[in-house]
Amino acid sequence: MIPLSAYVAVSAVLFITGLLGVLIRRNFIIVLMAVEIMLNAANINLVAFSHYLESMAGQLVALFIIAIAAGEAAVGLAIIIVVFRGKISTNVDEMNLLKW
Amino acid sequence: MVAVFFVYFALASIVAGVLTVALKNPVHCGLALLALLLHVSGFFVLLNAEFLWAVQVIVYAGAILVLYLFVLMLLNLKTDERYFHSSYLYFLGPAVLGSFYVLLLLLRSPYGGAKGDAPAVAVLQDGDTYAVGIKLFSDYLLQFEIVGVFLLGAIVGAIVLAKTPKPMDAGKD
Repeated sequence: MIPLSAYVAVSAVLFITGLLGVLIRRNFIIVLMAVEIMLNAANINLVAFSHYLESMAGQLVALFIIAIAAGEAAVGLAIIIVVFRGKISTNVDEMNLLKW
Repeated sequence: MVAVFFVYFALASIVAGVLTVALKNPVHCGLALLALLLHVSGFFVLLNAEFLWAVQVIVYAGAILVLYLFVLMLLNLKTDERYFHSSYLYFLGPAVLGSFYVLLLLLRSPYGGAKGDAPAVAVLQDGDTYAVGIKLFSDYLLQFEIVGVFLLGAIVGAIVLAKTPKPMDAGKD
């Protein structure tokens, strides 16, 4: 029997990997991929607790997270296309139009 | 046997996650993300969540990742020379130290709490899909409808955003 803390540890490592990706990568598409890593880490946590605490609620929330991730990917990639059309770049450092 | 699979899925998903963040070519990053998603779906099988396994493979690996790769092909990116933040080492050190501390805390802490009403025996009797469906369409019906409206809004928003803008004088002739 695998302890619950093992799942939580894997999920934490994946979440920190995704967080690092958001912070250090400069390509907008890779930043969105790193957000997907973080959402997956949260899903592992939710399903693991759902299994060990014998409740279905975690699996349902994970299902909703997958749906939200689909919407986030669609809108985010549309924004990337719009930005790329105007500036011919997907580097997040060059998207500073709203910067004060 | 389950422990062997767990170790394999854990190592493979962590390696794939690190590769997703660290590789240079965006298409390679997308393929590493595909490996990550498939190994995470393996966790769901270990945790008796077969319905989520199917959803993860179909929606994540089948739809979302194809969307990413499609946009990558569409934009035809050239690989940037400097693809990390200029001072990423300042992020890396605290992140590694912090993650070790968090891991230490997580591995030592006990987890407990009130047990719910769906023990593994009851779930396996009719299948995970049955249990998810009964719960989804009784207690979580409002959230289900909200997610439906959200997805409709996301579809409309993505179409409106990504549409080619019409030239100003197109209506004259």
